Amino acid sequence: MRAFFDARSVLEVETPLLCSSTITDPAITPIASGERWLQTSPEYAMKRLLAAGSGPIYQICKAFRGAEAGARHNPEFTLLEWYRPGFSLSELMQEVAELVQAVLGDGPVEMLSYRELFERSLGLDPLTVGCDELEAFARERLDYSGGAETRDTWLDLLLTHLVEPGLSGRVFVYDYPASQAALARLRKDGEVTLAERFELYVDGVELANGYFELTDPGEQRARFEADNRALETRGELPRPLDEHLLAALQAGLPECAGVALGLDRLLMLKLGAERLEQVLSFDWSRC
Amino acid sequence: MATFSTNEFRSGLKVMLDGDPCSIIENEFVKPGKGQAFNRVKLRNLKSGRVWERTFKSGESLEGADVMDRTMEYLYSDGEFWHFMEPDTYEQYQADKDAVGESAQWLKEGDRCEVTLYNDSPLAVVAANFVELEIVETDPGVKGDTASGGSKPATLSTGAVVKVPLFLSQGEIIRIDTRSGEYVGRGKS
Repeated sequence: MRAFFDARSVLEVETPLLCSSTITDPAITPIASGERWLQTSPEYAMKRLLAAGSGPIYQICKAFRGAEAGARHNPEFTLLEWYRPGFSLSELMQEVAELVQAVLGDGPVEMLSYRELFERSLGLDPLTVGCDELEAFARERLDYSGGAETRDTWLDLLLTHLVEPGLSGRVFVYDYPASQAALARLRKDGEVTLAERFELYVDGVELANGYFELTDPGEQRARFEADNRALETRGELPRPLDEHLLAALQAGLPECAGVALGLDRLLMLKLGAERLEQVLSFDWSRC
Repeated sequence: MATFSTNEFRSGLKVMLDGDPCSIIENEFVKPGKGQAFNRVKLRNLKSGRVWERTFKSGESLEGADVMDRTMEYLYSDGEFWHFMEPDTYEQYQADKDAVGESAQWLKEGDRCEVTLYNDSPLAVVAANFVELEIVETDPGVKGDTASGGSKPATLSTGAVVKVPLFLSQGEIIRIDTRSGEYVGRGKS
């Protein structure tokens, strides 16, 4: 893997695991250690390096996310994350496909928009379907204990329970709903707004998540604040904003595309294993 | 009773769901990298025996069920109830037809079995994996025929009917696997 990046003149970097601020994404539970936070990904620190003029960079590191333990999740896991200044999202998807090919060998690659994926698997248009209709569709097929949910929660429920299990081979899913942008840039496409984000699935396993990166500091701050409002609505404490990242965006992040890939999951796929614990020395239940 | 959060769900945990005690069979955590986490849980309703899958939003919790498995001695049946005794305390419990279910055909007085107690009364009874019972009725034995592989029905002392090899006769004690209802050999007693 290091030879792969070396051949492409991508510089290996290392950034701190313990940080003074953390991610605001309400779907991720960061782990605090004393006065600091264990990183949930090296994204913010790497963007600061990019803004400082590092050029293309990659990192292989540990990342930590609380409350995520299961067949494909371990609260401590290994990420490969890399950034390509000047790359479009499709150029980055191409490079991700090449890296996966280098590890897993030759195999066909399919490209599907999020919309096509849902239309093909469930016959639903995920961008225009109403929330009530989504709920009725989900409840007809699944016994779900929760009450009213947001559109995105229904979409996530359908994705994880009915769509992902049916995926085989290497499938890039792109053009996510704007509400699922995270740190990707938004793009108007006729009537709808899409997030310039992709996910790579290999045999139904979510392996990598990439963005055409948001560079606007004002919009970045607004998204952080919206996340914190969502946390407070849930009765949780707001999380400190990463002012270092916001200052770096203010100074200027070059146009770039970036991706994070789960290395434990890649190893699992390489070995034909079904569960992460088969490729970890000691998984969460035993460490 | 304690409550259990989805991250404490594990196989064998007994919880209350829709007013019934249930046992968790499997708990799978699923989450899109940038989205909502769920727990897909396979459960068995301990009253009806129904097995199904329900999805919870991660972080939800359920009340624990006051359910315990105990090894007890089967005493007798009075026609309506089956009576069991805890060997250490001599405490007796009576189980109805719903609780005993299919296990009734394998219960022999004095045998040990597993009784599941819910709120201190029997909810389910599971016979030992192997029981030894007497044949009370079958066609006469064919002497020396231990190789032909044929079988015939035999009625046992508990009323159960099982298939046995042709060489067995009335009055003999045989060993049965209660999980499959199959003859496994001659009894030791």
